Amino acid sequence: MTDTPLYTAQTPGSHFETDVIIAGAGPVGLFAVFELGLLDLKAHLVDILDRPGGQCAELYPEKPIYDIPGIPVLTGDDLTQNLLEQIAPFDAQFHLGQMAIDLKKRDNGKWRLTTDMGTTIDAPVVVIAAGGGSFQPKKPPIPGLDAFEGKSVFYSVRHMEDFKDKNILIAGGGDSALDWSLNLRPLAKSLGLVHRRPDFRAAPDSVSKMRTLVAAGGMTLYTGQIKALHGEDGVLEAVTMKTADGEAQVSCDILLPFFGLTMKLGPVADFGIAMENNLIPVDTEKFETNVPTIFAIGDINAYPGKLKLILSGFHEAALMAQQAFRYVHPDAKLRFQYTTSSTNLQQKLGVK
Amino acid sequence: MSTENQDPEIILNVTTQDGAEHALVALEGWRAMEVIRDYGLPIKAECGGACACATCHVYVDTAWSDKLIPPTEEEEDMLDEAFEVKENSRLSCQILMRPEFSGLHLTLAPGSEPD
Repeated sequence: MTDTPLYTAQTPGSHFETDVIIAGAGPVGLFAVFELGLLDLKAHLVDILDRPGGQCAELYPEKPIYDIPGIPVLTGDDLTQNLLEQIAPFDAQFHLGQMAIDLKKRDNGKWRLTTDMGTTIDAPVVVIAAGGGSFQPKKPPIPGLDAFEGKSVFYSVRHMEDFKDKNILIAGGGDSALDWSLNLRPLAKSLGLVHRRPDFRAAPDSVSKMRTLVAAGGMTLYTGQIKALHGEDGVLEAVTMKTADGEAQVSCDILLPFFGLTMKLGPVADFGIAMENNLIPVDTEKFETNVPTIFAIGDINAYPGKLKLILSGFHEAALMAQQAFRYVHPDAKLRFQYTTSSTNLQQKLGVK
Repeated sequence: MSTENQDPEIILNVTTQDGAEHALVALEGWRAMEVIRDYGLPIKAECGGACACATCHVYVDTAWSDKLIPPTEEEEDMLDEAFEVKENSRLSCQILMRPEFSGLHLTLAPGSEPD
């Protein structure tokens, strides 16, 4: 781990022009920056997570990975850091915490990718490196939940003031549940926390603060699981919890479930690219989709013999970059060079 | 060196989300999740067995509750991200199959279904 940030994150809402838009900043999207960079192609990455790394960052930051060629063992975090270091010379721009929601062709032949936060990026080439899709909050399987979402049920807190003087119920046992219980408590009318068991996996310090508040009567802790919501027109009035003793009904205006993230395909399905079983079929020479100039690499693509391995995605990125170069510079000659011998490539990498 | 006859098959019984029953042949050392996935049954298991997502949530037939190796603290913590968790809830990626588990019956639980 280094203290200096290895990447530049852009503020949402602006317009950008580049050579290649990469949807997904997981290991494969990151390595694509390297392969594109060797060919002097500039890249912008968009990712719904607030940091690069994709599954390596979200699912297994501390788990060992044993099948990266030449590296006997490293963690998901280490791999992300190493890749960020490796691609640093190419100054890729990151658009984080944003979901790519729309992809349209412009009159000038370039693609315009739009995010849910109003960022637009134009480029002649698009690379979908979205893995299993977008990480989105897990939704409890409670009947009728949809009707309450966005009105009384929220999976994140954007503006704390929205919850001022409300009777808030938070569900979950991790850091998000505990941190928001502690942060929202002072402005809430009442605050309850419901968790399936007496133990919490959140940071011990937050747990002990929460228990102190509960003991002092500042908030209520329930041991149970929510099984039903009550209210009309999306306005929540109460929930039914299943507890060790049976069932309990608890009044509340707002429910905040924090059960972690899961991958959903999301808007990629609406980009107009052919898909099969939630995967994007590609050729194996260029890893291009059925739409010329749109490529798909990593876990999200499908071809005969495909293995969902990080190393497969790295290979796919290298071949994709060759064709991307031809699209971006149709009149230029593409030279294949090795980083070990090419002075030109070494200059790009900042080798002294 | 073992000169015994060929080992008997290890059977893993699985009830899928639609209520259908499946008898699978497991391999020793394989995770129950991997066996279920290998047979093409619907299981999300998105972290691939790293005990990091809770999308391979199963209910263990109560007759087997005491025979399995109890869950680690890490698995209990991860079950916090599952729904409708019961006493017999487990993450199937944390059940390593062995000969004495032949006949084990698992039911795929909410949250395990693929998109």
